[in-house]
Parts: sequence; structure tokens; C-alpha cells
Amino acid sequence: MKTAGIILAIVLALALQTTIARFVVSGTVAVDLVLVVVVYVALSSGSVPGLLTGTVAGLIQDSLSTGVIGIGGLAKTIVGFITGIVGTQLNIAEPVARFVVFFVATVAHQAITIGLGSVLGLRPFGTPYAAIAGEALGNAVVGVAAFQVSEMLPGAVERRRMGRSRLRR
Amino acid sequence: MALLDIRRRSGYLFLAVIVGHVILISAQVNSRSGVPVLESVTFGLFAQTQRGLSTGVSGLRRVWNRYVWLRGVEGENADLRRQLDEIRVQYQERRALADRATQLEGLLQLRDRTNVQTLAAEVIASSASPDFRTLTIDKGTSAGLKSDMAVIAAAGAVGRVVVPSPGAAKVQLLIDRNAAVGAVIERSRAQGVALGGGDERLRLEYVSEASDVVVGDLVVTSGIDGIYPKGFTIGNVDTVEKSGPAYKRITVKPAVNFSSLETVLVVLTPSAIKQAEQDGKEIKE
Repeated sequence: MKTAGIILAIVLALALQTTIARFVVSGTVAVDLVLVVVVYVALSSGSVPGLLTGTVAGLIQDSLSTGVIGIGGLAKTIVGFITGIVGTQLNIAEPVARFVVFFVATVAHQAITIGLGSVLGLRPFGTPYAAIAGEALGNAVVGVAAFQVSEMLPGAVERRRMGRSRLRR
Repeated sequence: MALLDIRRRSGYLFLAVIVGHVILISAQVNSRSGVPVLESVTFGLFAQTQRGLSTGVSGLRRVWNRYVWLRGVEGENADLRRQLDEIRVQYQERRALADRATQLEGLLQLRDRTNVQTLAAEVIASSASPDFRTLTIDKGTSAGLKSDMAVIAAAGAVGRVVVPSPGAAKVQLLIDRNAAVGAVIERSRAQGVALGGGDERLRLEYVSEASDVVVGDLVVTSGIDGIYPKGFTIGNVDTVEKSGPAYKRITVKPAVNFSSLETVLVVLTPSAIKQAEQDGKEIKE
């Protein structure tokens, strides 16, 4: 995926997240579209693009939120990097495997965020297990759907082959 | 070898980025006064995108509602006319009552505490992250907004301005997990602090075990935080439990439906405490 495409995807994810969220019941969406983009990039392009996407997207998202800037960036950087490594080591071509990766990545992201909050002595998050599970499920569904849609586009097979050969090199 | 080299280099990059993040976080945790520059600049730029998108979405909705979806409009118009007539009659009655109340207030030399100057603003975007509860409004510093100005709606207190930029401002909602507001139970005058938890309820803390609080009690702003004017509705007591020997564990259901907010009012008049602080500063100078 080219740099411009990744930047566009991040901006689009943030715009959708902030625009659509207020039209949905309870004022928030149980999907972190920015995290979906980070995991998608990491799986399709590798650990370094995943890391950089996580850093840029996380910092922008942090600066648009009320928390400490860097916590989301750090969490997304770690998730992007590790997901990229997992994507190159394991076969994640099947929707079920991708679903699992998106789900686990979301849980890991929340665990890092909550852990950092506790270490820094910020306000405790409580135990939002249901919210985390809901978000992980939402992200996994959106992520798998994004992959399915991208593979239906013309030239997808060639792009995947090229991406894999680039990662192997 | 090439694979090892790439992995080693990506490992160094990962380490460098992590260290960068840690430095960034540490800097903020050590000095949390004021708004970080990065936050202000990014928010200011992104607010313009949000404004454009919001205008586009609103335009589409307007076209749909005004020119396409007109089913039942005639009947609705007739109903509205009837309601308007009824309201006109009620308005006359209320005006007479208001005049009488004003006269009585003057007689008792009561101060009109609700006389605050406000500015209407439209909500143009919501939180960028599901972890935080914020709104973006279409008024900013060019309209006279400043940090820590209270934001209210018809139903009650909404939140406070946290990041004002020239053309927009970010509002932290009462239910954000970093939000807090001085609160008082209207019936028994028991004082506490209402804290957001990131979900749909507020926690009312530091309310003494001996206080008289029951489910359904109205919770209003106490004004002691220096941000929210005194007497604005926060919500109603939802649950009351015993929490240790000293305090009660109370949850409050907010009066405002944060998901359906379209227009809010920003309180421009500083609270009594803030005014006193400002006056004190001016005297020192």
C-alpha cells in the first residue's frame, strides 16, 4: 500500500469516526476505525509500515482526544509492529484467521492503554470487559469486511503477490 | 542475511519510536498546565475538515428532509398550527406569571443567579476515539470562547470547553472519564463531586454516609468548581449503595442525552468563584 493511500485511509477513518459517531445511539461507535486501518496496513504491508501507521494515526487520534498525547500512539505503534510480524510469519489469508488477528489486536491495544493509564496514575478505567469485547468484535467484523472488499477490486491478486514477495525480500 | 538486517533495522526503528512516545508522555505527565501545542494545532486543523464534512452531511440531510421525504407534512403542519395557537395562549399566561415573579424577586432583593450570558453553538463532530467522550462545536476563540467555559443544553449541564481554536472548540462531556463537576443534591443539599466514567452514568463521590440521598433525587451543579454556574441540572440519582464507613456509592443518570445534541449554549459569564479570582488578580496587579 502506498504512503498516500495509507495517509488517506487514516484521515478517512478519523473523519468517519468523528462524523458518524454522533449519529449513533449512545454517542460513540463500538469500532475504532483508526485501529482497523493500522492492523490492515500491518497485515498487508508488514511490520515497519504497521509501526509507522500506528505512530502517526495514534498520535493524531490522541491529539483529537482529551487524554495524554502518546498513550494511544504508543499502543497503536506496538500493535502495528507486532501485527506486522505476525502477518509475515503466519498465513492470514483466511477470513477466520484475519478475524482472530483483528480481535486479539484490539484486546492487546486496550490492555496496553489501560496498563499505561494505571502506570501513570491516571483515572482508573474500571473493568470495561464488555466494552472491550464489543469493540474487538466490531473491529474484527469491519477489518475482515475491508479485506474482503479490497480483494474484490481489480488487480488484488497481483498486488497481494507483490506485497508478499516484497516482505520475503 | 538480508532478512535479518531488515528485522534488525525495523527493531531499532521500533525502539526509537517507543522511546519517542515515552518521552512525549513523560513531558505531559510532568507538566500538565495548559493545552499542549501539538493538541491545539492538530485539533485546529482537523476541526476544519470536520466542519466541511459536517456541512456536507447536514446538506444531504436537509435536501432529503426538505425535498424528498415530505410524507405527512400537511398533517404535521395542521398539528403544528394548532399547537402554536395553544402555545400563544400559554405564553400570555407565562408572561404574566414571569412579570409577577420579577416583581416579587425585586421586593425580596434576590439575586438572579441564572442570568448568565450564553452563546449558541452547533455540534459538528464527536470523539475521535471511543475511549473519550468529547464533542466539537462550531464556535471558537474568535467568538470569545476560552478554556474551561461551561457548556449547557436545555436539559442541563453538558460539559466544558477544553481546546478552543479560532473556528471551533472541543468540549469535554460530563461523562468523559477525565471529567468532574461539583454537585449538590437539590433536596437535601448534600455536596459531592460527579465524575464521568466513560459510560452512560456519572459517579457521585465524596457524599457522606450520613447524608440524605434517595433514588430519583435531582443532582445540580454546586458551582464550587469555578467552571459550571450554580444550579444547573446534572441528572437524577440512579442507585445509592453503602461504600465503606465514610461515603456512599451513588450513580447519577445524566439529564442530557449526549447522543442527540445538535445545538448547545456556551456560558460566557465567568462563575462567581472565577470572577472573584480574576478580581483578586487585578487588585494585586
